[in-house]
Amino acid sequence: MRLDRTPQQEEFRCTLRAWLTEALPTLPPKPAPSDWPARRAYDMHWQRMLYDAGYAGLHWPADAGGQGATPTQHLIFLEETERAGAPYVGAGFVGLLHAGPTIAAEGTPEQRRRWLPPILRGDEVWCQGFSEPDAGSDLASLRTRAVRDGDSYVVTGTKVWTSHAEVADWCELLVRTDPEAPRHAGLTWLALPMDAPGITVRPLRTLAGTAEFAEVFLDDVRVPVANRLGAENDGWRVTMVTLAYERGTAFAGEVVACRRVLHDLARAARRNGRWDDPVLRRRLGRLNGEFTALWRLVQWNVSHAEHAGRTGGSSVPGAGASVFKLAYSGARQELYDTAAEVLGPEGALDSCHEWTAARLSSLSYTIAAGTSQIQRNILAERVLGLPKGR
Amino acid sequence: MDFRITEDQEALRRGMRDLLTARFGPEDLREAAAPPGPQTPPHGLDRGLWRELGKAGLFALRLPEDEGGAGAGLPEAVLVFEEAGRALLPGPLVATHLAAGTVPDAADGSRVVTALDLPQEPGAGEGPPAAAGTAPGGLVEHLDGADDVLVLGPARVRVLPPAALDADPLSSVDPLTPLHRLRARPGTGLGEGGQWRPGARRLRREAALLTAALQLGSAGRTVELAVEHARSRRQFGRPIGSFQAVQHLCAGMLVRSETARSVVYAAAVSEDEAETAAAALRADEAAVRNARDCLQVFGGMGFTWEAEVHLHLKRAWLRAEQWMTAVTAEEELAHALQRDT
Repeated sequence: MRLDRTPQQEEFRCTLRAWLTEALPTLPPKPAPSDWPARRAYDMHWQRMLYDAGYAGLHWPADAGGQGATPTQHLIFLEETERAGAPYVGAGFVGLLHAGPTIAAEGTPEQRRRWLPPILRGDEVWCQGFSEPDAGSDLASLRTRAVRDGDSYVVTGTKVWTSHAEVADWCELLVRTDPEAPRHAGLTWLALPMDAPGITVRPLRTLAGTAEFAEVFLDDVRVPVANRLGAENDGWRVTMVTLAYERGTAFAGEVVACRRVLHDLARAARRNGRWDDPVLRRRLGRLNGEFTALWRLVQWNVSHAEHAGRTGGSSVPGAGASVFKLAYSGARQELYDTAAEVLGPEGALDSCHEWTAARLSSLSYTIAAGTSQIQRNILAERVLGLPKGR
Repeated sequence: MDFRITEDQEALRRGMRDLLTARFGPEDLREAAAPPGPQTPPHGLDRGLWRELGKAGLFALRLPEDEGGAGAGLPEAVLVFEEAGRALLPGPLVATHLAAGTVPDAADGSRVVTALDLPQEPGAGEGPPAAAGTAPGGLVEHLDGADDVLVLGPARVRVLPPAALDADPLSSVDPLTPLHRLRARPGTGLGEGGQWRPGARRLRREAALLTAALQLGSAGRTVELAVEHARSRRQFGRPIGSFQAVQHLCAGMLVRSETARSVVYAAAVSEDEAETAAAALRADEAAVRNARDCLQVFGGMGFTWEAEVHLHLKRAWLRAEQWMTAVTAEEELAHALQRDT
C-alpha cells in the first residue's frame, strides 16, 4: 500500500505543472455557455494545445496515437489540470473517452487512421447516438433500424440525450441490423457523418435551463458499410468496451473540483456567519470525509486497474467503478444541497448563482451514464452474485 | 503509487483469518454470547485465546524486531484488526495493542490492557490533563478482566491498575463487551503521581484508526452475511436476493464498506489527522448501517438472539462511541477545510 509517487510519476507531474503554468495564460477568454460553436472552438483549441505539448490521448495506447500513459499518470494529469483550473475535455468528451478508445480497440488499421488523429488533434468532434426515447436503461431494446443496401446502410430512427450533436462531425451510432435476433445479438456500431442528408437535430432544454443535449432524428440516412466498427450484429460487445471507459476515471478530475468547492463553501460560510451553525459546520465536515474517501477510492481503483493492465488483464475498471459512481453521484448532490444552505435563500433561489446552477446540473448525476438503480443491479448481480432480478 | 495490498500483507491477513476461523468462528461467537438476558453476568475474556493472539503478533506487530515485534507498520495493523472486527473478536484489542512496548507483558498477550479516554479539554495541550480524575461519564470496557488501564489525557498518557478507577458497572448493550462508567468525581486522583508521559495525541489517532479497522471488518462481514442469506432464503418461490428491493440494500452495503475501506487503508499510510477522522466517520457509519441493513435482509430471523447480526450492530454502536465519535470527526474535518486553504 503506497500512496507516494515514484520518481517517474513525480517528474511527469512537475513537467506537466510547468507546462500548465505557461500554457493556461495563452488561452482565449471563455465563451458564453449557450454559444455552442464558440464552445466547440474553445474546447478544440485546448485539445490542440494538449496535442502540440504531447498530452493528447494520454491514456490511449501508443499504437493508436496516444501516449500509452499508465492509469496513475492519467490520474495525475486529471488532478493537475483540475488544480491549475485548466479547461475540461468539453466537446472532446465523446471522441476522447468513448468513440476514440472504441475505435482504437475494434477498428481496422484504415478506420484508426481515418478517425483517431482528428480526435487527438482537436479537428473533429464526436457525439453519441445510443439512447432512444424508448431505450434508456434498457439500451439493448433500441429500435433505430439499419437496412443494408449495397455498400450502405439506410438508417431510420430517433436518438436522444445526445450531447454536442449540434456541433459534432461524427456520431457513434448503435443501430438494429437484425430485428429477428435476440435483443443483444442484432445490434451494430456505425460511424455516422453528421452532415449526411436526412439528419435533423433538435436541442433539448434541460431543467438547468441549458441546451446540453439534443434529439437526433434519422430519416433514411445512408451510412457507408465501411463506417461499421466490428462485425455486423456485434455492436453490443463493441459498445460495452466504450461504456466501461465512461465509468472509469471519467469523474476523477471532478472529485478534485468538488474538494475545491468544499473549501470555497467553508470560506463563504465563515464570511456570512453560517459557519457558527454547528449543524451546517458538521455537514461540511461530513462532506470533507466523503470526498476524502472518494479520492482514495479513485486511487484504489486506478492502482488495481494499472496492475490488471500490466498483468495482461483488462485495464478497464469494473466493480470499483460502479461503487465509485454510486457514492460520487450522491456526494455531489449532497455537496450542492449543502451549498444552498451555505448561500441562504438569496443565493440558493438565484438560478444564476454558480452553485445553484451546479445544484441543478448535479441532479443528472444519479441518472446519466447508468442510473444509480442500474449501478445497484450491477453490483448485486455481477459483484455480489445475487440471483438475476426481475 | 501502488495502493494495493502487497503479498506479504495479504499473507499476514490470511494468517489472522485462519487463526480466528479456527479459534473464534461464528459458532464460537454465538456460544460466547449465550445465554441471553439482561441478568447474564459479564463474560470474562478467554485468556488462552488472548495469549494465542499475542503469540500470533496481534499486539506486538508494530514493535521493533529486537523487542519481540515484527517491525510492521499501521497498514499491517489495520489489516489484522480488520480481521478481528470481521470475527467480532471481543476484548480491549486496540488498548492492548497500543500498550505493547509500554506495559510489560502486554505484547505477548500475557496481560490484558484496557483504556480510558479522558475528554479533551481546550487549552490543555501541555502539562498533565487538568480534567483528569474529574471527567464524568467516561466508559471503560472489560475493566474487571483487565490487568492494566491505559489512561489517555488530552496530551499525556499513563498506566494505572484497574482498582485505581472509581467506576460502576453498567448493563452493556453488547453482551460481549462489559462496560464500566466512571463516577462523576472519583476519589482517586488520576492526575496525581507524576507518572504521565507525552504521546497521547498519536495514540489517540492510532486508536481511532484501529477502531475504524475493526468497524470495517464488521461492515464487510455483514455484507457477506446478508448476501448468503439473500441467496438461500426463499419466499414467493424464489430466493429473496432476486428481488431488487433486497438487491439494492445489499449493493448499498457494499458501497459503504468499499468506500470506508479505501479511506481506512489510506489513513494507515498517510497517518494524517483529518484523514483518520474521515476513516473513523466512514467506518463507523458503514458498520452501523450495514448491520442495520443486514438485520433487515434477515427479517424476523435477524431479530432473534441466535442470529449473529445483532452482535454486529451492538458492537458497531459501541465502537462508534469509542475514541473518535461522529461529532468529533465531523468537527475535525470541518476545521481541516479551513487549515488546508
